[in-house]
Amino acid sequence: MAQIHLEVVTPNGAVVDEDVDIVTAPGVDGEFSVLANHAPFLSAIKTGTLILKKDKQKKFLMVSGGFAEVSKNKATFLVETAEFGHDIDVDRALSAKERAERRLAKARAQADDIERTRAEAALQRAVARITVAQRSNL
Amino acid sequence: MPGLKDVKNKIEGVSKTSQITKAMNMVASAKLRGAQERMENFRPYAEKFDEAIKDLSTGAGDNQPLMEVRDVESVELIVVTSDRGLCGSFNANIVAKAQKLIDQFEAEGKKVSVVTVGNKATQAFRRSGKIRESYTDLMGSFQMYNAREISQNVSNQFCSYQTDEVRIVYARFVSLAKQQAIATTLLPIKPSEQEKAGDSAAVDYIYEPSPDLIMESLLPLHLNVQVYHAMIEVAAGEHAARMTAMDNATKACGDIIKDLTQLYNKARQAAITGDLMDIVGGAEALKG
Repeated sequence: MAQIHLEVVTPNGAVVDEDVDIVTAPGVDGEFSVLANHAPFLSAIKTGTLILKKDKQKKFLMVSGGFAEVSKNKATFLVETAEFGHDIDVDRALSAKERAERRLAKARAQADDIERTRAEAALQRAVARITVAQRSNL
Repeated sequence: MPGLKDVKNKIEGVSKTSQITKAMNMVASAKLRGAQERMENFRPYAEKFDEAIKDLSTGAGDNQPLMEVRDVESVELIVVTSDRGLCGSFNANIVAKAQKLIDQFEAEGKKVSVVTVGNKATQAFRRSGKIRESYTDLMGSFQMYNAREISQNVSNQFCSYQTDEVRIVYARFVSLAKQQAIATTLLPIKPSEQEKAGDSAAVDYIYEPSPDLIMESLLPLHLNVQVYHAMIEVAAGEHAARMTAMDNATKACGDIIKDLTQLYNKARQAAITGDLMDIVGGAEALKG
């Protein structure tokens, strides 16, 4: 199967740099998949799960905030964080989720829009981490 | 002639100082390695980001609040320095650069406010009454979200028409021996100059969502990246500057010890000569 080169780059360095069969990513307009020889494409990425499939093996990555560029059979993801399932501390993510939920409830009660947006983002990240960790362990 | 004991004490004191400066030099060089690695890891991200912004700004870029160019009445300076001193003129250079800009803007009749990042900048501008916001005690270990907090703060100011221009003053890490204080414009974000002919025409991207919407989410990120970049450079520069400063201090200590030892030996010799004279004088007297 023809492959596409995938790079996932964060401010702390490259996380993925390899050829894959297919990559599925959480675009802001919904999930999309990229195969080899995809047309030039640029999309914003939201917090969620990035799935890369290679030789029938699936790997899951938690990504947050960034964008993807596809051109010349190369997919580049520039994201703020990217973590493999096995690197995620689930307990920490669970407590982060609880904390974010409390913050969100408080922000809603006080109608604090800025705090609400932040709490929502934190909650999304925590949920994405938990999802990725669980899927990686299946 | 100072007493023997005084000189000896002084030598001990200076050699202890040199031990400290030597240790600080080693600590700084270890930390520098970490900071440099961070800088190198960050570079590919920053470069790819620039490319994408360039690709995009040929397709979009109008009606973006962060790109709005207006008549400049008030300017905000973000001054990034280290948290700690003992690194030569590193922080002083950054502060001087910022002060020069402030004077220049004020001479043009513009209002200036300052956002300080790092304890040293905060200390330097505390008395000026221009500080709008300061971020301290984070240069030791900062992450992207620290930069985001700062860039969100200044872009809110910009979008609510409190400031018309934002500049960032920091020190670029040129080499181990050289850190250069520079100032660059953060806001409004300038659309990059057109790509070389034929280069961008070849790639016709599918955008999802629209180019404008992508820009809207990319530009704040672009701002984060620049603030983060400045902080990384300052962190690395600080350690490099401290290394050099401490190396110089250690060398100076060595020189002082050498001089003092000479003085000590002279004093010792003088004392011995004096004692000998006494003995010889006493012997002569007995003979007589």
